[in-house]
Amino acid sequence: MSSATARKSARLGRWLVSGPPVLYLVVFFAVPTLIMVLASFRTPGEFGGLAPLVEDGKLDLNLESYARFFSEAIYAEIFLKSVWYALATTFFCLALAYPLAALIARSPKRYRDLLLLLVILPFWSNFLIRIYAWMIILGPNAALARTVNGILGGFGHEPVPLLFSSFAVLVCLVYVSLPFMVLPLYANLEKHDQALLDAAQDLGANAWQRFWRITFPLSLPGVFAGSALVFIPALGIFAIPDILGGPEDSLIGNVIKQQFLETRDWPFGSVLSIVLTVAALAIAGFAAWVARRNLGTPSSAREASA
Amino acid sequence: MPLLEIQNVTRRFGAFTAVDNVSIGIEAGEFFTLLGPSGCGKTTLLRTIAGFETPDGGSILLNGEDLADRPPERRPTRMVFQSYALFPHMTVEGNVAFPLQMSNVPSSEIPGKVREALEDVRLTGFGKRYPHELSGGQKQRVAIGRALVTHPKVLLLDEPLAALDAKLREEMQLELINLQKEVGITFVYVTHDQTEALALSHRIAVMNKGRVEQLDEPSKIYGFPRTRFVADFIGHCNIFSGPVKDRDGGLVTLEVPGLGPVRVAADAQVASGGAGSVALRPEKIRIQASAPEGTPDNHYRGTVADLLYMGDVTVYKVATPGGMRVEALLANSQSGRAKFFEVGDAVDVSWPVDAGYFIAE
Repeated sequence: MSSATARKSARLGRWLVSGPPVLYLVVFFAVPTLIMVLASFRTPGEFGGLAPLVEDGKLDLNLESYARFFSEAIYAEIFLKSVWYALATTFFCLALAYPLAALIARSPKRYRDLLLLLVILPFWSNFLIRIYAWMIILGPNAALARTVNGILGGFGHEPVPLLFSSFAVLVCLVYVSLPFMVLPLYANLEKHDQALLDAAQDLGANAWQRFWRITFPLSLPGVFAGSALVFIPALGIFAIPDILGGPEDSLIGNVIKQQFLETRDWPFGSVLSIVLTVAALAIAGFAAWVARRNLGTPSSAREASA
Repeated sequence: MPLLEIQNVTRRFGAFTAVDNVSIGIEAGEFFTLLGPSGCGKTTLLRTIAGFETPDGGSILLNGEDLADRPPERRPTRMVFQSYALFPHMTVEGNVAFPLQMSNVPSSEIPGKVREALEDVRLTGFGKRYPHELSGGQKQRVAIGRALVTHPKVLLLDEPLAALDAKLREEMQLELINLQKEVGITFVYVTHDQTEALALSHRIAVMNKGRVEQLDEPSKIYGFPRTRFVADFIGHCNIFSGPVKDRDGGLVTLEVPGLGPVRVAADAQVASGGAGSVALRPEKIRIQASAPEGTPDNHYRGTVADLLYMGDVTVYKVATPGGMRVEALLANSQSGRAKFFEVGDAVDVSWPVDAGYFIAE
């Protein structure tokens, strides 16, 4: 075989391997995103959906939906509230997942797979079913609510509803997001070199100093990966506030869903979706930038996470 | 009184005894080496001195003080790890400053001490680099500088040169000798490489199966191995074993199967009828075409079965008619001649009675 045909067949092989996933992403991700971007500049139809793109021989594209988003404070407020919920979810997940991931990473090898299996076990039942299960756990007649209100009653406090509250939304957000924080943290911590901790100890560092000077900085790539995996989906979620939240707990995801399904204002729903996507990308980019700065050079971060 | 006293230290892992009742006294300013094959307990003993392993028996004293209650972070010892264990997220300066920060050295004094330590290990100007930007030898020097910056009483080195290539290793050996002289800190060095141990150390403890087989100066370890293991482990050695046939004052005659009677000078108490071995370095054996008459030496005839030309020397394996193999080494110093003998040549091998070392069994 000549080298030209060899190169040709190598190129064909590459396309056979990478073609299908690229095609999939183009059809189901790039094209819908473009449709959405286009829709955000169009006029809503009289009975929902979109007005015709070309009317009286004129292209009907405008910035009205964007103008509406930036002129009505309520949407910015909901947006900030969503960011706040997503941040709180990320924080609580990190606080819970770090010790858990460290525990799994340090447990004997033969138990690690079992413990990891337990972490991902919830994925075996349906997402919505697990949310509905929280309705039962947090319900007014369930043991949890009775105990809490019994204790509050002892202090002469009015009973508080656990269900249909910000509390319920946050608890469930943390619950569904936790594995996404544990797994990248575990993947990072499991690779840490014990010799580094031995060296730090030999050089005079106590347990507290070993954690904050060695383990934690080296785990930052895992922390940022886990935080991105938790924060971004939490920012756009609508099912949990829908099912477990009160009227005050409508988040940006709920508003987007409402625009598309109930109000049927597709252009405005598209605007909200685009703002959400841009915000998520901006925050993730900012986090990556902070990570790089904290870890010195990108390659040292890679070395630590490798 | 020795600076570091290891007294009857034993360390077990389940049924396996890694360190078995070891007692060693190491003097201040000494370059001391623990030498042995992998699994002999040398690294475990080093980690016990550092405090990472708790002895199951015995104690470790530094300046007369028992270290038992001190965790590694509170011992005045520092360890250099085989993998260097540099902190990848800190610069060279950050790594070297770390132990100073841990011992609460005022931050105004840190840069000066870091600079001094980097000077000591000849890394001036590398302070801002990250470990992944350094070569193996440079990483090694950072590790040593980091361990020395707080002026510990004892520096523990766990096979620090094992990951370097041969040429660099030799350079680093010379640097280590000079550095140790310069700083005057006691070095306890662990290695499985006997040439490294012989080159670096003031004294060597040869370890096997958790025990110290011999503790001596390098020349004694090499020239007068006290046990069969030491003779075998350190360098190349012919070992001829057999029953003791005769004993006449300081001269023992062994009846070696396949070779014949071998006479050796010995001061060990051995009875006629016992067994023993002669350990004989290849370079102590003369190899000639024909035997000179009337010498008191051991003489044997044989043919060259194999030879290994190594540039500066040639190793000859001489087979005796009885089937014994004698390894002899000849320097290729004569100009214009690469080899003195060829495979198949009939030769005479001989050695004086005091060339070998008698090991009673």
